[in-house]
Amino acid sequence: MRSSDVTAPIFDLLQQQLAPVDSADQPHAPNAPVRSLGLSHGVLVLEVQPSALLAVVRRLKGEFAFDVFLDVTAVDWPDDALRFEVVRHFYSTTHKVRVRLKERVSEAEPLVDTLIDLYGSAHYMERECHDMYGIRFRGNDDLRPILLYEGFQGHPLRKDYPKQKEQPLVPYRPPQGALVR
Amino acid sequence: MLPPIPNTVRSSIITHERDDTVIVNIGPSHPATHGTVQIIAELDGEKVLRTDVHCGYLHRGFEKECEDHTWHNLIPYVDRLNYCSALINDFTYCDAVEQMMGVTITPRTKYLRTLLSEYSRLCDHLTCVAASVMELGAMTAFLYLVTVRDFMYEHLAALTGARVTYSYGRIGGLAQDVPAGWFKRLEEILKEYETYVERVHGLVDRNRIFIDRMRNVGTITTADALHWGFTGPILRSTGVARDLRKDAPYLAYAELDFDVPVGIMGDNYDRYYVRMREMDESVYMIRQLMDMMPEGPINVDDRRCVFPEKHLVYTEIESLINHFKLVMEGPAVPAGDIYLAHEAPNGELGFYIVSTGTGTPHKVHVRSPSFVHMGGVHKMLDGYQLADIVTTFGSINMIGGECDR
Repeated sequence: MRSSDVTAPIFDLLQQQLAPVDSADQPHAPNAPVRSLGLSHGVLVLEVQPSALLAVVRRLKGEFAFDVFLDVTAVDWPDDALRFEVVRHFYSTTHKVRVRLKERVSEAEPLVDTLIDLYGSAHYMERECHDMYGIRFRGNDDLRPILLYEGFQGHPLRKDYPKQKEQPLVPYRPPQGALVR
Repeated sequence: MLPPIPNTVRSSIITHERDDTVIVNIGPSHPATHGTVQIIAELDGEKVLRTDVHCGYLHRGFEKECEDHTWHNLIPYVDRLNYCSALINDFTYCDAVEQMMGVTITPRTKYLRTLLSEYSRLCDHLTCVAASVMELGAMTAFLYLVTVRDFMYEHLAALTGARVTYSYGRIGGLAQDVPAGWFKRLEEILKEYETYVERVHGLVDRNRIFIDRMRNVGTITTADALHWGFTGPILRSTGVARDLRKDAPYLAYAELDFDVPVGIMGDNYDRYYVRMREMDESVYMIRQLMDMMPEGPINVDDRRCVFPEKHLVYTEIESLINHFKLVMEGPAVPAGDIYLAHEAPNGELGFYIVSTGTGTPHKVHVRSPSFVHMGGVHKMLDGYQLADIVTTFGSINMIGGECDR
């Protein structure tokens, strides 16, 4: 059996609780805080307005036992008005299923809420997402480079970053204070 | 526009917590870092007060490079993520693309992939255990384990043509079928494995030095492990039987009989033992799979992704065009996205792939267990001795290839 064939009861509950629909023939309004996009290969996909994210994640963790924050990344759609799609994956060791949260932000203000208060794993993954796409995480003031180095110019996974672009040479940095006391 | 973040200094440890502490830099190039990782530690005597772990020294733009290649051409790149068990990366990636295309692999490929995944898990755990006992001075145990691993590498070279990075998976199948006599040699190697691993158990399990260095060192609780996103043997060493092969069976795992070994306290000794027990389970699974292995084709009959037979390419125009289109344009994967994870030796290896319907991916993101583990490793280093960094780091099995991508 493929994992995509699984329909867990928790998904129905999540859709009712997090993305309620008024009536069957009235789908979600486009600007509803949470919209369900249904199942995608065994993962429940919810589209969340950036303002509603923290509340949704708190409920996911507190009420529905999604105890592992697996991953955060972004997808660059250069032609869209809201250019970046920030994608997060959560896993529940109780229900053994995953949920994907998507939110859209613009290039001018690529700002979403951080999850470091809820999940420790968010620290490193948000740093990577900032490295690669320049997404800012409100409340996470440690967005130091992690896979890149300080002085790297630009965000390499953005579609307008040329693959062959060369970076300027890093000038010599004397050892930092604490290491040469 | 948001104001830019200033070019920050590398370490978060720039001021001393107390007046009598020392800040030291370990790595990035150090024999115990298994590649390149930098640890900046504040010490009180020999005791580690806090650490700041930095990875990224092996970053080579894997995800950017994937966006410039056809779906097939990036399989060799995928191999180089976790180079200790390259086949599992191959199969996870191929499985994700196949699910997007709606391709169902043939029964023989399904069982072969399961068998080779477990074989790779053996290689990976052998490497990890061998390296971590060697760092404690157990040279004999190291050589025993690496001897077996070398039998396996040579054996895999007979199948794939390469010892470490195989490029053996294909979308819709495998590169080629198993050569004659391969399973017979596999049985011999499994017997060798049992001989050598028994000796390793005898050498280290109740060894006073080994226990003193491993027991109650690098301990992590279940709650912390989940909070920091740990998966795989590290999470199982804390007592949680969380294993994707059981929880969401993929490939042929639903038909196999196997246990998920767990630890008790989540320390270095438990991680060593969980890995040793997992290897035994892998051997048990490989033996079942050899009995189950069906005959039949290894590639699906689907011209969207599988290359036509070479003799047809040279003799008929349709196959020539088919071959040309697959090489030049790549297989057309329907638009959409998928997150698919397999249980890799280090934990959950996930691929988040976005397609726009063309022959090249729009995005290939890897959720690599090593990278997430590096984010929480300070929980296992702080409060122990400086020398314990080496043992704890060895038991995590950080692989630079998949951590830094």
